Amino acid sequence: MRRVLAPVPIAVMCAVLALVALLAYGLAANEPDRGVEEALSSGTREQAPPLELPRLSGVGRESLEDYRGKVVVLNFWASWCKPCREESPLLDRWHRRMKRGGGTVLGVDSLDLTTDARDFIREYELSYPMLRDGEGESRESFGIVGFPETFVIDRSGRIAAVRRGPVDDAFMRSQVAPLLRPGA
Amino acid sequence: MRRAAALAVVAAALLGAPATAAAQCPRTSLGDIEDEVMCPVCGTPLSLATDAPQAERERAFIERLIADCRSKDEIKNALAAQFGDAVLALPGDAEDDDLGDVLVYVVPALGIAIAAGGIAFAVARWRRGGPREGRRAAEVEGERRLERDMERYEL
Repeated sequence: MRRVLAPVPIAVMCAVLALVALLAYGLAANEPDRGVEEALSSGTREQAPPLELPRLSGVGRESLEDYRGKVVVLNFWASWCKPCREESPLLDRWHRRMKRGGGTVLGVDSLDLTTDARDFIREYELSYPMLRDGEGESRESFGIVGFPETFVIDRSGRIAAVRRGPVDDAFMRSQVAPLLRPGA
Repeated sequence: MRRAAALAVVAAALLGAPATAAAQCPRTSLGDIEDEVMCPVCGTPLSLATDAPQAERERAFIERLIADCRSKDEIKNALAAQFGDAVLALPGDAEDDDLGDVLVYVVPALGIAIAAGGIAFAVARWRRGGPREGRRAAEVEGERRLERDMERYEL
């Protein structure tokens, strides 16, 4: 005997399957890019993605390429991010130390109000250069999912270390200081 | 007496000035704007982002602009200048993609209409066909079983 399947349950089943597929796609699409970590764990350094943004001061633009030949501690932050407050004074101390050895901290203020960011810089008396990424476009290319996140970039523009979360002195000593040595 | 009257006129003018300014001020509220803009970090409309620190900053920014007498459109433009067009929650606000703004309303409406039509058609066909025959067959089988039982018990 031929069994006739009712169309309503079939339609409901199709709708549920479509929803599940959509959910799976959404999860897969939102998976952050962790290629940098994978490369670092296998002992290789990936070239840093290109980055060109306006300065937070509002005057002109800068790109990572402009810093080629220097060690760059690229720090993504926002004024509303509490851990960013904790690490900023440390980054500023390291920036002054790095300048002598041919390096710099480069801040990227992301998804933030310009006025709030400038107040933050004044409050913590930060002296390192700052770029502005109001729309958060650079998050995708660097696989950023939260703030702060910091990328240590060597003199040839390759990513030598990553910290997803606030940096501390131990991280800076172990990951940044060796790159500043002559011939590193 | 004349001096008192003059003072009263001046006082009335001074008191009336802010009221006039308030009347000229474009009327908008945080609640009105919150539904139409996004919290860029949270990825939700601002009205749904209750505790996010970035959302709090964004609300404070909007309130400052409201206090500054800015209109809803001016506030939205100021937000777009800070966070880009992605901060605008309503299609059409960005004014950069006319076809996309139309399609974003038309495609879901068409999809829902086609799905509803398909289900209605399938249900109508199902009611006309398969189940009625199945029900009839079940009824015939029930009657046969009843007759067999009655014969068996000699009723």
